[in-house]
Order: sequence, then structure tokens, then C-alpha cells
Amino acid sequence: MADRPDTVFRTEGLTKVYDTGGAKVHALAGVDLELYAGELSVLLGPSGSGKSTLLNILGGLDHATGGRVWFRDLELTRLGDRALTRYRRNHVGFIFQFYNLVPSLSARENVQLVTDVAPNPMDAAEALERVGLKHRLDHFPAEMSGGEQQRVAIARAIAKRPEVLLCDEPTGALDSKTGVQVLEVLREINDEFGTSTVVITHNAGIRAMAHRVVRFADGRIASVEVNDTRVAPHEISW
Amino acid sequence: MQAIDIKLMRDFRRLWVQGLAIAVVLACGVAILLTAFGMHTALTDTRAAYYERNRFAEVFADARRAPDRLLPEIREIPGVYSAEARVQGMAVLDLPGRVAVAMGQMLSWPADDDPLLNVPILRTGLYPARAGEVMVTTSFAEANGFRIGDTFHANLNGQRRELTITGTALSPEFIYTIGPGALMPDNEGFGIIWMPEAELEAAFDMAGAFNHLALRLTADAVEADVLDALDALLDPYGGLGAYGRAQQVSDAFVSAEIDQLRGMAVVVPPIFFAISAFLVGMVMSRIVALDRAEIGLLKALGYTDLEISLHYLLLAALIAVIGVGLGWGLGTLLARAMAWQYARFFEFPYLLFRVPSWVYAMSGLAALATTMLGALRAALMAARLAPAVAMQPPAPPVFRKTILDRVMAAARLKQTTIMVLRSLIRWPVRSALTMLGLGAATAAVISASFMFDALARIIDLAFNQSYRQDAMVLFADDVPDTALSDLMRLPGVMQAEAQQFHAATLRNGPREKRVSIEARPEGATLSRVIGADGTPIDPPPGGILLSDRLAAQLEVGVGDTLEVEFMTGRRETHEMVVAGLVEQYFGLGAYVEIGYLDRLFRRAPTMSVGNILIDEPDLPALHAALQDTPRLSGLILMRENRAAFEDTISENVTVVNTVYAVIAILITVGVAYNGARIQLSERARELASLRILGFTRAEVSRVLVGETMLLALLAQPVGWLMGAWIARALASSFTSDLYAIPLVLEPKSFAWASLVVLAASLGSVMIVRRRIDRMDLVEVMKTRE
Repeated sequence: MADRPDTVFRTEGLTKVYDTGGAKVHALAGVDLELYAGELSVLLGPSGSGKSTLLNILGGLDHATGGRVWFRDLELTRLGDRALTRYRRNHVGFIFQFYNLVPSLSARENVQLVTDVAPNPMDAAEALERVGLKHRLDHFPAEMSGGEQQRVAIARAIAKRPEVLLCDEPTGALDSKTGVQVLEVLREINDEFGTSTVVITHNAGIRAMAHRVVRFADGRIASVEVNDTRVAPHEISW
Repeated sequence: MQAIDIKLMRDFRRLWVQGLAIAVVLACGVAILLTAFGMHTALTDTRAAYYERNRFAEVFADARRAPDRLLPEIREIPGVYSAEARVQGMAVLDLPGRVAVAMGQMLSWPADDDPLLNVPILRTGLYPARAGEVMVTTSFAEANGFRIGDTFHANLNGQRRELTITGTALSPEFIYTIGPGALMPDNEGFGIIWMPEAELEAAFDMAGAFNHLALRLTADAVEADVLDALDALLDPYGGLGAYGRAQQVSDAFVSAEIDQLRGMAVVVPPIFFAISAFLVGMVMSRIVALDRAEIGLLKALGYTDLEISLHYLLLAALIAVIGVGLGWGLGTLLARAMAWQYARFFEFPYLLFRVPSWVYAMSGLAALATTMLGALRAALMAARLAPAVAMQPPAPPVFRKTILDRVMAAARLKQTTIMVLRSLIRWPVRSALTMLGLGAATAAVISASFMFDALARIIDLAFNQSYRQDAMVLFADDVPDTALSDLMRLPGVMQAEAQQFHAATLRNGPREKRVSIEARPEGATLSRVIGADGTPIDPPPGGILLSDRLAAQLEVGVGDTLEVEFMTGRRETHEMVVAGLVEQYFGLGAYVEIGYLDRLFRRAPTMSVGNILIDEPDLPALHAALQDTPRLSGLILMRENRAAFEDTISENVTVVNTVYAVIAILITVGVAYNGARIQLSERARELASLRILGFTRAEVSRVLVGETMLLALLAQPVGWLMGAWIARALASSFTSDLYAIPLVLEPKSFAWASLVVLAASLGSVMIVRRRIDRMDLVEVMKTRE
């Protein structure tokens, strides 16, 4: 990391309150955080600690209740729906636990969904090749294993050459072997393109591959630790 | 209430819009079944009771002048139960306060006030007893504002008489009253008038004779035999041919209405029931798919397959109950509207416009049964799910490459377009049924407009092009054609042409047909023979021109010879050569040149009808003159006829087209709205993914709107074909001895139908689209289908 790290995301006193008829749930209770360019950070924490809420707000899927969020110089908390859509389209790649592929489109077509609308995309076949699915281009989701489907989702996320990659439990539905494959792809993308990557996980083992680990508890950041020595995904104990 | 029943009610509350969309379609079916069946029953029963109580005759015959002594002989004909003779004739009326000429059908009233057959029901006043007294039909009195004691004038066989109304009555013979040459009832201008028989006999020079006969038959009588025997007896006295009830004008119209109601009850409701069954099936399958985990849980808790199936069937039953309730309400209103319509045209002394309760029960059961049938597959699907499997999420739907993929790849379609197309191909049955449903909506509109397009064509050919005269002047007997110059001298008459009508029997070997032969001068311009293609044709000199339908029935072609037995004049029989055929929609036309006929009859030029063109401002003066013209038996105002008919038609066009458009919209909303809701539910995750990937709302909506609208578009040709097919079926089912319905398919009717359905589809899917706007992306992605 450089001395004056290049900041991608910055939050200031970020809060999110869910008003569920009477009882107010503070999903985020004042979060101040900076995430840097090229960094692979892992958000750890129990269910309901606010990590997914943060990821959704960073990705422009959800609105904050209070506080401010910047993506570089762009203040996300001031954007309307239309502008957030444009922001997602141009800058963000998402990866979810349950892949969320379109079942009626083949692997290649699922990636083309993105490459058709992004300003500077890579070729869909190239993106799939990068995740090791060159031979599965024309297969439909129903014809692929979970690991393969998740890799298609990664290909779809990276095909637009996003500046940030937001991953919510990307290995949550996978066994250890395929989980490792997926993590390796994420690591490669991060190394090669310098894409800032945020990974949410329950799996504490994964933290070993991150530059930084942010721990959440009760909607607040409990601790931030920097990994001096990162471990390769295949060395991670599941 | 058990927990599972609470779930049922909550599910239903959640689905109420979809449920309502289906219930409304079902309600249409129930309402139409109720109305058509109920009215059919009411009309049939009422008519039967009326005919029986008032001894409506079964056989009728007209003659020129038959002696009364023939009656005992007629009563001896095997199968005749009773016979009654009377004198009748047409008269031109001069009604106070009415400028135009009116016409009356004069009937003799027996001296003992006790007619054997066709017994009228006295509504007000008394029977006519003395000279100058008359009883008239209630509708005629009401339309003209007559009260008991009012007077009017009639031109009875050339004598002007003042008549006093003593009573008003209804008659089973005149439930539907239509004047000569008229297209629809005109109670102001045409009425039935009963007059003491001695006076009418004197007026028409019929003392000791009759010219109309009514018979009632025994239970074992063979009508055709009676008709033959009657014809033989009446032939020497100018018999015009006996006929049964089927040819009696009033009964024929009532029967046609009854037949139409039965047709409607049989054909239309099943279409609505089928569409709602399909919709219920579609929605229930989706609910079962969504409830998968819950079904697994219920089974794990120990609920039986039967209980679970019943749970889903009950949900469908709730929809049916609402549909039936709506349908009953709607049907009751519709029946009332129909009753009002009948009251306008039909005159019954009592008409039970009450839908019998068994029809309510039957329509409700039919609706319930079809709905259950629609839900059955989904219910069985729920029953068959094994609990362990049910609690697992379903496997993603399997898509495979098809030939179409190569086409799509070649066409470089957008991914979102491919999504739409693949889903259509992946569920071909669902797509096809949706298309059929939307096509049915288009077809409904087309078939409604077709009847009017066809009618417009017939009216145009028959009235605007064939009959261009303003009025037809009917003479009591044949008159020399010098009467034309008398006509020309009447005020306002600009042009006059002679015409003759002759009742005759045409024979070709064993084939025979009774028709009215029309004779016109060559090159006549006011009354012309017009072919189906709209061109005027003159009957070739020295021969007879037949309409193609008549020629087909007689099995003759051009050059063949026909034996023609005239029932008019000296009742001669001649041989005539078929000189030409003309394609026509209306009537069994037979036409000759007037001079040819006069030569055949060896007489000076004669006419029985004068066709005239009238200068409008002189119309009142003309009417005044005609009311005092002797020898005149009537005047048919073509212009008024046409105007009244066109008014009624255009009023009906608006009403019927609106009704069918509403029906089409209801079907479309039922199909399109439910289709889009189901699609949204299946695709929620997929569409949310697209939003997360950075697709705008508009782009995402295009997938949803695109699929529905693509199906709606594809459904249009299907609908056009179905519509054309229904139109063809209607045309051929309405084709009778009297007329053929031309298959007129106007592009504008097709365009209108498609416009209605496409707009309704777009409206429905736009309502669903709003849900995309409200979609919570985070929530959708969190849940695991």
C-alpha cells in the first residue's frame, strides 16, 4: 500500500434504520470507513451486524438513513434512483451468494447482458475464459454446477471492468473445493486489474487472503486489522 | 376457523386483484347464461301459455273470395279440429294530428263477440258492436295517443269512413306487428283494426264469403296433408296458398328471437368458462409453485394430500363464488334490460321476465365446476409433492438450445429480447393458451362488428341501390298503367314508374317454390334488380330472371324452362324460359319485364304498384291527396322506413359494439393482467438482477411489457382468423330460404378489434409494471426463491 492511499469509498457517520412498525432496528449505527483502490477487504461479522446493509448502500442498491457516502468524488447519498442506476451500470460489479443468473440465457448471454450496456467492456468470451469457463460458453445455468454458475456471475461482474467488486457471501452456497476456485478467481482479478474488492463472509478463514479485515458488531465497526502476509486461497483452511 | 383456513383467507386477500380479474370473466359467462337461458325459458313458456289460452291457430290460408259454404267441407278435412273464416283487408288511414298516411289491417269481428280462434284479449273498453265502431291494437292506440271514444278516418275500398274506437286489445296473432314493406314495427303508422263483420263484409264486397282462414289441428294431424287438402279446396276461389305457423309473420319473429337466445346460451358462456378455467389453472399452478416450501411443511406436520388439494381447490372456489355472485347480479340487470327491449317490440299480455331459480342454480354450478376443473391440475400437483422434495428449492427451469437460437444469434438481438423469446418457447402451451385467450377477445369484437358490416351491405344493396323510390303506392287491384299519369298529377310527385307483383308457383318437375314475381319496365330507375356485386340488371325480354338461390332450389339453369302458375288475375299457367341468373343476398327473387307479362296475359299495360319520387316540401299535400284517393290500398314510405331502420341499427351498433368491446377488455385484462403478474412473480429475481446490473426501470420493464405485448401482437392474426371463422359460421347459420348473409370483412373492424385488445393488454401490463418500480432490490436478492 502506498503512503497516501487512493480512497475509493468513504463513509461519514453512516446510519441505516429500519422502521418495522414501532420497533426501530439500527442496522448501521454510525459507520466511518475508508476503502482504498486496489484493496481486497473482507467484512466479517455475525448476522444482523450491518455488513450487508453497508455493502448494499455502497453498491447503490439501498439508501442510507443518515450520514454520507462518497464513491471517489461522487456523493452517493445525494443521488436519486436514476443516477444510482447509472452508477451501478458504469462502476460496480456485484456477486451474490445465490448467483442470480438469468436461467433463460446461456453463460455467454448472461455476460452479454452487461457488455451490451457498459461503456468499456471486455469481450464476453474473454471474461468467461478468465474464470475458466471457456468450454462452457453456450451452456444454460441449469446445465452447470454451483461453482460454475458462480464463476459465470463473476465473469458477468468483471466484464464491464468495474472499479469495485462487491461480493456478498460469494462462497456461501458452495463446498470448499469450488469455494476455493471462486476465491482464486476473485484474487486474480484483484491482482491483475487492481479492482477494489469487498467480500462479505461468515467464514473467518477467508480473512487470511485480504489486505484488510473489517469486523462488524451491532451496526458498528468493531475493529480493523491489516494483514501483513496474505495467504493464497488454496491455503485457506475452510 | 382452522389455521389452514386462515391461510386460505389471507392468500385470497393477497390475490384479490387477480382473483377479481378472473371472477369478472367468469361473471360474464354466468350473466349471459342466466340471461339467455332465463329469457329463452320465459319467452317459450309465455308464448306457449298465450297460444294455448287464446287458441292461436296452427294453419292459415288466404283466398281471393271463398264462399262461406266451403267451411263445413274444410272442417271435414282429416286432422282439422276447428276452422274459422274472416274477412280482412288493408286500408289507408287518416289519423287526426298525423300528416303522413297510416295503414290499417282491417279484420272482421264476429257478431257473437266470441271468436273461435286467435282470441284477442280486451285491454280497455268494449268489443265493436255497431257500424262505425272498431277495436284496435293497444300499441296502435298508445302510440297515437288514442282514448276510447276517439275517432279517425279510413279509406275502405274507396269509401271514406269515420270510425270510433270502442276498445283496445292484444292478440296472439300480433305479438310482433309489422306493416307491409316495413323493416320493423311502426305502431304509429300501422295498426290492427277489428270491425263488426257485417260492416266489413259490406265494405269489401264480401257478403257470404271470406278471404282469410284459420285452423286448429288435432293432435295426430299431419300439417302438410292438411295444407294440401286446403289448397285443393281453395284453389277455385283464388287461394293464395295455405301455410303453417312457421310462416306466420308474428310467430316467425318470436321464434327467431327464441332461437337466437338458445344459440347465445349454448355458444357464448362456454367460451367465458373456458377462459376463466384456463386463468384459474394458470394462477393456481403459480401459487402452488410459490407455496412449495409451505406445502412441504404442511405435509411434514401431518396434513394429508387430500386436505392440501382441497385447500387449493377452495381457493379457486372462492374465486368462483365471487364470479357467480357478480354474474347473478349482472345477469339480473341484463335480463331486465332485455325485458325492456322485448317490451318495445313484442306484445304479450303477460310476460314472466323472471329468471327461474333453477337457471341461477345451474349457471352457478356450471361456473363452479369449470373453475374447479381449471384448478384441478394445480391441486394434484400440490398433492403429489413429496414433503422432503417440497422443502428444497425448485431446480432452475431447464432451457435448451433450439434452432431459433441460431436465428436469434444471426439477428444480433439484445439479451433482454432473447429472454422474452426463450420464455415464450420454453412454455409453449402457456404462450399458446395466452395467445388463444387474447385472440378470443379480438374475435369477439370482430364477430360483433361483422353482423353490422354485413347488414350494412345488405341494406345498401336492397334499399339504397335497388329501391330508390321515396314511396310505393299500392292499388287495391290491377289498374291500367294510365294511372301513372294520375300519380304524376299528385302534388310533389316528380317521377312515377309502374310495377306489378304476382304470387306464383314455379315448377321444375317435382321441384316447386312459391314466390312473388316482380315485373318492371325495362330500364326502370326507381326500383331495380341489383346483383351482389352492385350492378343493376334488367330481366332479359321474353324470359324470367331468377336469383341464384331460387335457381339452385329449383335445380334450373339458364335456358331451362319453368312452369309458372300464377295465383293472381286469371290464374293462368305459362311456360317461361330462365333467361338469366342474378346473385342476391335477400329473398327468392324472380323478375320479368312488365310488357312481356302483359302480352302473356293478353291485356293492356297494367300496374299494381306505383313507385314515386317525391319533392319533400310537397309531402303534406301529397299525403292529404292520397288519403282521399280511391282504389288505394296503401302507401309504403321507403324513406321513413329506411330512416327508422337505420336509426335503430346505428343505435344497436353502438350498444352492441360497446358491450362486445367491454367483454373483450374484460377477457384481455383477465388474461394479460394475470399473465404479467405470474411472469413478474417468476421473474422477480431475474428482473432485480438486471436492475442491480445497472439496467434502468424502463429497460427492465421492457422484458415484462415486451413478453405480454409480443403475445398480444402474435394473438392478433390468431384473433383475426378466429373472428373470420366465427363470422363465416354466423353467416352460414343465418342463411335461410329468405336471405344469405354476405361475408363482409371490413379491415377497419379488424383494426378496431386489435386496437381494443392491444390497448387493454398494454393497460393491464402497465398496472403490473408499477410493481417493478416498487420492487425492493435488496429484499428480492436476499430471499432464496
